[in-house]
Amino acid sequence: MESQVTEAPRSSVSIRDLTLSFGAVKVLQNLNLDIGEGEFLVLLGPSGCGKSTLLNCIAGLLDINEGQIFISGKNVTWEEPKDRGIGMVFQSYALYPQMTVEKNLSFGLRVAGVKKEDIAERVTRASEILQIGPLLQRKPANLSGGQRQRVAIGRALVRDVDVFLFDEPLSNLDAKLRSELRVEIKRLHQRLKNTMIYVTHDQVEAMTLADRIAIMRNGVIQQLDTPHNIYNKPVNLFVAGFIGSPGMNFLSGELTGGAQPVFRSGNATIPLDRYHFDGTPPAGTTKAVLGIRPEHVAILDGVDRMPYSVEGDIEIVEPMGSDTIAWTKIADQQFTFRAESEVHLQVGQKLRFGFDPARGSLFDAEGTHRL
Amino acid sequence: MTTMAPTLAATGRVDGEPFGLRPRSVTIGRVGIYAFLIISAIFFLIPLYVMVITSLKGMPEILAGNVLSLPQSPTIQPWIDAWLHACTGRDCSGLSPGFFNSVKITVPAVIVSIGIASLTGYALSFWSYKGANVLFGILVFGAFVPYQVVVYPIILGLRTVHLFSSLPGIIIVHTIFGMPVLVLLFRNFYAGLPIELFKAARVDGASFWQTFFYIMLPMSLPITVVALILQVTGIWNDFLFGVIYAGRANWPMTVQLQNMVHTTQGVPAYDINMAATIITAAVPLIIYFVSGRWFVRGIAAGAVKG
Repeated sequence: MESQVTEAPRSSVSIRDLTLSFGAVKVLQNLNLDIGEGEFLVLLGPSGCGKSTLLNCIAGLLDINEGQIFISGKNVTWEEPKDRGIGMVFQSYALYPQMTVEKNLSFGLRVAGVKKEDIAERVTRASEILQIGPLLQRKPANLSGGQRQRVAIGRALVRDVDVFLFDEPLSNLDAKLRSELRVEIKRLHQRLKNTMIYVTHDQVEAMTLADRIAIMRNGVIQQLDTPHNIYNKPVNLFVAGFIGSPGMNFLSGELTGGAQPVFRSGNATIPLDRYHFDGTPPAGTTKAVLGIRPEHVAILDGVDRMPYSVEGDIEIVEPMGSDTIAWTKIADQQFTFRAESEVHLQVGQKLRFGFDPARGSLFDAEGTHRL
Repeated sequence: MTTMAPTLAATGRVDGEPFGLRPRSVTIGRVGIYAFLIISAIFFLIPLYVMVITSLKGMPEILAGNVLSLPQSPTIQPWIDAWLHACTGRDCSGLSPGFFNSVKITVPAVIVSIGIASLTGYALSFWSYKGANVLFGILVFGAFVPYQVVVYPIILGLRTVHLFSSLPGIIIVHTIFGMPVLVLLFRNFYAGLPIELFKAARVDGASFWQTFFYIMLPMSLPITVVALILQVTGIWNDFLFGVIYAGRANWPMTVQLQNMVHTTQGVPAYDINMAATIITAAVPLIIYFVSGRWFVRGIAAGAVKG
């Protein structure tokens, strides 16, 4: 199966038992993470989950309380940021306002005492890669948001670092620019093949850019996996609800195990015989939550091929242009599905819809973990 | 088109009704505001006017009476006398020695105090070292200490290090007394800068001093101008510290002016006193006019975000 996690040959960044507390508040607890060489890892989570804090720890901008950090095989736990072989791109760009773009790019090299010819060469190379050559003599105030972020990336680029750290680099840009720069960062990664660690709260950025995504909550990594697995096989209710837009439908009910496991919720009885359980399905009856993605729901002709189908009233219709989100109910619980925009759905209309429970996710109602 | 109502123009707008810019009308409130502003301006300008014309009159004319009348035979002799010949105490060499004393006190004290304060503010806001908050607390507390309380302890302290009644002594005193407000000013300014700028400099490998000189200091121009205005006017106008700590040889202009005004025998030389006062006040005034413009420019150019 393609769900196999691709292990990178050698880890570029390793974090061992990292703990960080601000006073009595433990922001990160016993965190372990291995990032392969050339891997694009995205740290994803809601605000306050510790993802930016973790990035700052890797950068050396925050002193950690316990644990170790290795970069390129070297223990950098006590090293200064400049000695860690990292470059960092910030959300607010953090360009030095009184310096031209060229001076911004070369600042790190100048303070490190690199020779003038080398500096010029590296600045030229970086400005070619990022196509900011014509902007070199301008000041940051005279650049647009997208240009500024490109310069900020360039500042990391000229320093020839092993690891790039991005701290929500696209959050200050408008939607159109964001998607443009997203592609550019991806292209940059394919060209440079550096290890990149990228912090974001935007799941689209995470899904599109990452080799692997680490989903964080309250300072703990919930799931570390490929975007495909995160999307299709979320390990718990939090991950399932966090990834996907519109969010996954959750139906509360009971799971009855055995040779022919079924999920019952109100008057709905959903067969689970093709569902791939993590391990053996629990015997007897347990409270469970069945998660179904709105995009995995079929209507009209598709319904016949689905192992489970039911009829419902359409309550709200949200046309999105590319597709349409419709709200209905199963067993008196909210249920949304996504339909082609050509299908004309009307409020109050009765419609048969169905899904394959095997593509869904089943969670323990109490432990919230995947079953 | 011809079927349209006659009040509608071809474009469809209604003629004779409100359209475009709303006309401003003169209201009683507005007249009141202007009247108040003009009266206040006159109120504050009349003393200056009296000073200037008095300094251009000869003594007989002043004694003749009308304070507000223009000089009949204008003369700049009082200005020359005030600068070179008027008696301040026993010396009769005018205000010029005092002026240069003030310059010798003000220039180093301003430079040293602003330099130390910006460095301290930078360290306090970006390098969270041990005891930083305690130090800042003490500094802020220092802003509320009445000067009179510490006058005598400072005399003792300066005498111990043999700097009492000397130029370095008065410069140190001014530097110390400028610290609380200046550090507060700089710390708050630096605290308002994005912390990511500092982080970026650290990732770039800039040291404590490199970050300060290449990044933070150039960005702090607006607040430096504010500090400059505060310090130059404060130190130039100072009387108390000058008379106590500077020593007779280094008495600043303010002290000399006071001696001049008070040592006249017979009729006070109003013309010379007026000229001397204007000369003394000129420096802070010029600073206000010149750096006020820079101040505005600095704020406008210092657009950090955007």
